[in-house]
Amino acid sequence: MNMPDIMTGAEAVVESLRREGIEIVFGYPGGAVLPLYDVLYESDIRHILVRHEQGAAHAADGYARATGKVGVCIATSGPGATNLVTGIATAYMDSVPIVALTGQVPRVLIGNDAFQEADICGITMPITKHNYLVKDEQELPRIMKEAFYIASTGRPGPVLIDLPKDVQTEEIEFDYPKEIVMRGYKPKVKGNEQQIKRAALTILESERPVIYAGGGVIISNASEELRMLAEKIMAPVTASLMGTGAFPDEHPLSLGMLGMHGTRYANYAIQQSDLIIAIGTRFDDRATGKVDAFAPEAKIIHIDVDPAEIGKNVRVDIPIVGDCKQVLQSLLKYIDRACNSEVWLRKVEEWKKEYPLTYTYSESVIKPQYVVEEIYRACKDAIIVTEVGQNQMWARQFFRYKDPRTFISSGGLGTMGYGFPASIGAKLGRPDKVVFDIAGDGSFLMNSQELATAVSNDVPVIVAILNNGYLGMVRQWQELFFCRRYSHTCLEGSVDFVKLAESYGALGLRAERPSEVRGVIEEALRANMPTVIDFICDPEENVMPMVPAGAAINEFVEVRNKSENKLLVGAVA
Amino acid sequence: MRYTLAVLVENKPGVLARVAGLFARRGYNIDSLAVGVTDNPEISRMTIVVRGDEKVIEQVIKQLNKLVDVIKISMLSEKESVERSLALFKVSADSKTRPTIMQIVDIFRAKIIDVGSKSLIIEITGDEDKINAMERLLRSYGILEVCRTGKIAMNRGLKSVSYEK
Repeated sequence: MNMPDIMTGAEAVVESLRREGIEIVFGYPGGAVLPLYDVLYESDIRHILVRHEQGAAHAADGYARATGKVGVCIATSGPGATNLVTGIATAYMDSVPIVALTGQVPRVLIGNDAFQEADICGITMPITKHNYLVKDEQELPRIMKEAFYIASTGRPGPVLIDLPKDVQTEEIEFDYPKEIVMRGYKPKVKGNEQQIKRAALTILESERPVIYAGGGVIISNASEELRMLAEKIMAPVTASLMGTGAFPDEHPLSLGMLGMHGTRYANYAIQQSDLIIAIGTRFDDRATGKVDAFAPEAKIIHIDVDPAEIGKNVRVDIPIVGDCKQVLQSLLKYIDRACNSEVWLRKVEEWKKEYPLTYTYSESVIKPQYVVEEIYRACKDAIIVTEVGQNQMWARQFFRYKDPRTFISSGGLGTMGYGFPASIGAKLGRPDKVVFDIAGDGSFLMNSQELATAVSNDVPVIVAILNNGYLGMVRQWQELFFCRRYSHTCLEGSVDFVKLAESYGALGLRAERPSEVRGVIEEALRANMPTVIDFICDPEENVMPMVPAGAAINEFVEVRNKSENKLLVGAVA
Repeated sequence: MRYTLAVLVENKPGVLARVAGLFARRGYNIDSLAVGVTDNPEISRMTIVVRGDEKVIEQVIKQLNKLVDVIKISMLSEKESVERSLALFKVSADSKTRPTIMQIVDIFRAKIIDVGSKSLIIEITGDEDKINAMERLLRSYGILEVCRTGKIAMNRGLKSVSYEK
């Protein structure tokens, strides 16, 4: 028997991080985490000093999404902790494994409204998978072990550990548990075999199947199984925004994204299918549109690791609770032939030819879609991180993704300001990859202070700002639904992004004409340093196709005459 | 519809807040909630009465199950279980009304646990209907104060809601 090591709480936290294989943490020090930072000072764990705690949470999240490992962020008590909140909520909505460590006032002061005290466990209760306030320092090793286990298993998610300052300085006997017993937490990974058999039979009977893949496919590393299933049964595959990269866009069976800004052919296919095979997805309203009108003729097979997602938004005929990869592996054993889907696939192919994703190229003004296409042309295997809004949709529509974990975006919460810090995390996790943050001029400003983080830590990410001088997506809704009354969405002339970049020591580039786009992208790639490219884009370009909120997903907005601002909504096909 | 859930949870601080917070943020309606420790001091048992349709109750159970501190959930059927709650009624009573109130107390097999010159405190246990009936009868004498617990419930027979490893 080894004698347990005696160490301080702060040392125990850092030792636990080492035992969990954590190589990098993102954080910002402060009074209540001083003991922890004192230990990090001599630790071999790399600490990235962000310039705002929100950046730490997003960077940990981007790191986790790019690598599949758990991301770790640290903040002090009170305002430090509350600044993490948006980042934690972002990770929660998209099922991203992060562990947030926050300082807390000493135990005797808790509840006294002490300086920099905030009840961060109370605040984050609805946006964490679980959280802990450590009241007994002896429990630290167990709590650390549990936190990483909970964050990374089942349906992953953020876990927060609140560490009172005196807990960090007390001495404990450090004995890191090898295994953990939690009566209330036992994620189900293996699907019910009978249900899987039933699903296989239903699949083989279907004639108009569509696979609808979500982020769960990426989380469970099931892309290969997904491709095998699609090719074996000959079913077209659409994916939610979060499922981007789960199935290659260039695959002949790919339909791209479904939903509000999905492809017409994906939405038509869903609406006319007789079987939806939903894998690792939660039928979000942005994907389903009006839920009562969603896939009216289809039976639905729903595979998900979270039982609470089954039947939450749509009626399900065959539910299978389990890890996507394991369930798909079992399912494939029962599939020995393709569906009778030849007629269906021909129809889908016609839609694809008739309604391609498209835009009108211009010689005089830069179209944002063109910028995304040029980024793709220059660097096909880049990791694309996005902000939120029009930039996010164009980044999805006009880049051709082939691998999982190459599209990183705040899908559920839709957090503006997510992309840039997340791209820093992604690049640190995958230094071998070129990382672009496709941004809007509004979103980028929400966390542009992280330029200092990128420069001082030498993280060469490229921010491509599709600068239209507007909060573009909001302006688009105002154009379509509020009679072009652009209430407070014009940002024109507010920032010189080139000078902003330069003031941080980053490279600033600008393209004002379509002919300059290719050149600046190549220059940015050559520079291999933190770079901001300001693409001055068409201010009133819209994301199309578009299904208005609350409509069925085959009821697209048809803008016939922009100057008259005529809006027609109607079902087609 | 009203459903009664027996929920075994970790006996830790903050667990009640997690459960109550879940109901609040997802818009589920709690009719009553009662908590107490079980024969295992590490585990508490909550009896929660929820109002909703079948779809709501299914989500309630699934969402509760996602809480790490929730160990086990059982739905108790009205027929197969017994339920009790307790109420204290402070009623105004003088020498004239006291005997008739005491008769009511007897009929309901309730107890008088405090007597003052102008008031009585009555303790009653039973199901909701019984307690409501008593309240109705006492109203005419002047109820000064009411304090009722949430209901607790248990399966009849050998079937039990317990945690096995």
